[in-house]
Amino acid sequence: MNIDGHLIAALLVLIGAILSMIRAAAGPTSYDRVLAVNVFGTKAVMLLAIIGFIGDRSGFLDIAILYGLVNFIATVALLRFVETKRLT
Amino acid sequence: MDPVLLLDVILLLLAVTTAITAMAIRDLLGSVMLMGIYGLLMAVIWADLFAMDVSFTEASVGAGAATILLLSALTRTGTRERTGGDHHLPALVVVLITGSVLIHGTSQMPAFGDPQAPAHIHVAPHYLSQDIGKVSQKSSDGATRRDFGDHVPNTVTAVLTAYRGYDTMFETVVIFSAGVCLVLLLRPRSPLRREQADE
Repeated sequence: MNIDGHLIAALLVLIGAILSMIRAAAGPTSYDRVLAVNVFGTKAVMLLAIIGFIGDRSGFLDIAILYGLVNFIATVALLRFVETKRLT
Repeated sequence: MDPVLLLDVILLLLAVTTAITAMAIRDLLGSVMLMGIYGLLMAVIWADLFAMDVSFTEASVGAGAATILLLSALTRTGTRERTGGDHHLPALVVVLITGSVLIHGTSQMPAFGDPQAPAHIHVAPHYLSQDIGKVSQKSSDGATRRDFGDHVPNTVTAVLTAYRGYDTMFETVVIFSAGVCLVLLLRPRSPLRREQADE
């Protein structure tokens, strides 16, 4: 019963990830896509935490934190490129 | 049904969809963002397979560094892909032949977990019988203690302990040469070369 609850949570998060992915593929402007990538990163962090609870492993939370950091860096780089067409 | 298996199937299908979309899309900036999503997806898949080290690497390199590197490549090119590119038929033939040869090769591999597989009867017994970790110690109560209970925790540890040096050395060589290539590709152009390019 416990694992089933985790699985339902993971599937719901996955649905959110799929929706943000559709936006990233379809999104008319670059800002739609940047936002979609950011939302997808958040979903990946949550999915990792849930998988960690399913497998009963605490190491997943460390990776989830790393994902959050990487996601932030990628978003900043993307926005900087969209704004100035340069990275430096 | 095993929840991890179910999640694996869905995540792999998503990864394939993302890769195809990233190739099909004409806006290169959108393509780069989809590659970032692909990197995150692959990292989650690795974590789902309990391959923590690969997952860490994929998250930092695949989702973070690769996105930024592709963006810095975009600063040197346009953000639109040329339309109307024709399909290269010989390339498709080569890819199909290579793929079928690889699939044919996997059909000859021993069954999963087969104790008679060459990997298990060739050098594995030698690794397992190595003397690593068998350090005797006298503990405070006078009994003789041996590290790891007379054996290393598993075969991978035995191999790594003995051969880690080569592994790390050539990893360093690969990373160094990759860094040199990147510096050469992305270095700021000298004023002289820029004038020549402008003319």
